[in-house]
Amino acid sequence: MSSTASRSQHATSHVRRSFNPYIWLTENTLHGMARRKALLGYLFLAPTILGILVFTAGPVLFSFILSLFRWNVFTPPQWVGAVNYTRMFADSRALTGFWNSFVFVTFAVGLQVALGLLLAMILQTRMPTWLRYTYRTSFLLPMLMSGAATAIVLGYMLHREFGAVNYYLGLLGIPRVPWLTEPGWAMVSIIISYLWLSTGFTMILFIGGLTNISTEILDAADVDGAHGFTRFWHITLPLVSPTLLFAAVTGVIGGLQVFDLPYIMTRGGPGDSTRTAVMVMYESAFKNMEIGYGSTIAVVLFLIILAVTAGQFGLSKRWVFYQ
Amino acid sequence: MESTATQFVPPRRSVAVTVRDFLQYRFSRWFLLLVTACFAVIFVAPFAWTVSTSLRQPMESFSVPPQWIVLNPDWSNYVQVFERIPFFRQILNSFIVAIAVVVGQLCTASLAGYAFARLEFPGRNLLFWLVMATMMIPLQATIIPVFVIISRLGLANTLWALIIPALPTAFGTFLMRQYFLGVPKDFEEAAVIDGANQLQIFARVYLPLVTPALAVLAMLVFNGMWNDFFRPLIFINDPYLFTIPLGLNDLKGYMATGSISVVLAGVTMSLIPVVIVYIFGQRYLIEGIMMGGVKG
Repeated sequence: MSSTASRSQHATSHVRRSFNPYIWLTENTLHGMARRKALLGYLFLAPTILGILVFTAGPVLFSFILSLFRWNVFTPPQWVGAVNYTRMFADSRALTGFWNSFVFVTFAVGLQVALGLLLAMILQTRMPTWLRYTYRTSFLLPMLMSGAATAIVLGYMLHREFGAVNYYLGLLGIPRVPWLTEPGWAMVSIIISYLWLSTGFTMILFIGGLTNISTEILDAADVDGAHGFTRFWHITLPLVSPTLLFAAVTGVIGGLQVFDLPYIMTRGGPGDSTRTAVMVMYESAFKNMEIGYGSTIAVVLFLIILAVTAGQFGLSKRWVFYQ
Repeated sequence: MESTATQFVPPRRSVAVTVRDFLQYRFSRWFLLLVTACFAVIFVAPFAWTVSTSLRQPMESFSVPPQWIVLNPDWSNYVQVFERIPFFRQILNSFIVAIAVVVGQLCTASLAGYAFARLEFPGRNLLFWLVMATMMIPLQATIIPVFVIISRLGLANTLWALIIPALPTAFGTFLMRQYFLGVPKDFEEAAVIDGANQLQIFARVYLPLVTPALAVLAMLVFNGMWNDFFRPLIFINDPYLFTIPLGLNDLKGYMATGSISVVLAGVTMSLIPVVIVYIFGQRYLIEGIMMGGVKG
């Protein structure tokens, strides 16, 4: 459709139509309809594509560029090349942050997936409807609480002297646990709080996955003599493995981003024991105003997430079973 | 139990074996239900503790044993929240941000989802996969440049900073596309024959058919925005523009040596809207999460 200037007044001429945008768009033919659909398609996509370019895709590239500069917002940025990266690999605080994130994600996601699957399977067993409903609701409730509120509430409950948790453990004869005041225990507390907050989500994923398994397969396995754990290991688990993969991937992406729990519960302490990579990034970029260095940590975190996700999908060919 | 391949021999069971099997079955079932009940208690206890402690007398707010049923509730803790921090303003801010983002995402996501599902144009698949790929990008990888952009636009420390970057949504687009794909094409053909144009087909025919999807997205987004902490922490530093999670964090700091009942009163109030939304729409919430998982 070349838009040569329309000399002819006869827009409906059958020999050589000149371009008239109004007619081009409103023509009541199949061609006209297809054109309108395509145009409408781009129009409908415009806000989303534009928004994603400006606020997601563009910033990723921009982050990478910023990581090559030294910049404190007030003076013009200064090109430093890879200095921020070499600095990061020598910065024990940043390395500790990455290590803490790694430890946190390993345990938090592993337990989250296991517990989510367990709870989903329990809810699948035969029980009165009202009981199933009550259980399901109680497992889902924590999802409603913000990370900030969770950190506050569980932080109080895990208080060494006055916390409800240590009080009830005391009744069982267990001495006071320094939940938030000793490095190892502080990490345990953050992981427990994260599990409390997020297991309901994983559980729903698994309920979805489990309902897709036909009861015929399970009954057939029963008849063939596979019960209990054998049936779970050889039948249920392979059939639910696509959901397992999804839960693991989203779990790692979410877990590596955890911020509000350690930020409010422990402020990264005691020492640096619960300071995650995201917290180090936040402090560098927005507290110390080292935009370039903060971007460096953000970029490395992003690359780690990409690598882990790619690795999970790569390995999944070995163990994920699609029906 | 032995059975031959040729013929089925019903196992002979003595009364004792039957009773044993019955007990075993019963026992394992009860054991399972008991373990589940323990889990349920663990999951619910912090809520109960929060509400009951928010009503305790300030003097004894942090004393053990915890009092699960408060006989002489002290409602002054709730009043105190509003005196310590501009909580009313913060509730309003949270509502403004959450509702604006919900409405905005419903618009952008239903338009884009419809385009990907029902309109044909060159480059559609490529654009779709590009949008899906951005779902992998963590918020933290983009927050610093977004902060720079927002500051340059002069929007830092305004509620716009929380609303505008949250409007485009890859997840919402995916969700809406899935639902639009589920609507049979016959509807469109019928509408064309009746003389409807493409805009009318979208607005009058397809959109009303995917109201459940809109509800799903609205719930997930409202919940996420209401509870967001990271972005408000970075974009906002005026307490009068805080959203509730930031306000609660402040309140906790103020009350470090005071009564935790006041803080927990704030937490309790912050839960009311999300609990109401959950009661009316838990079906949609669950459905939305499952929809996200289906693509795995």
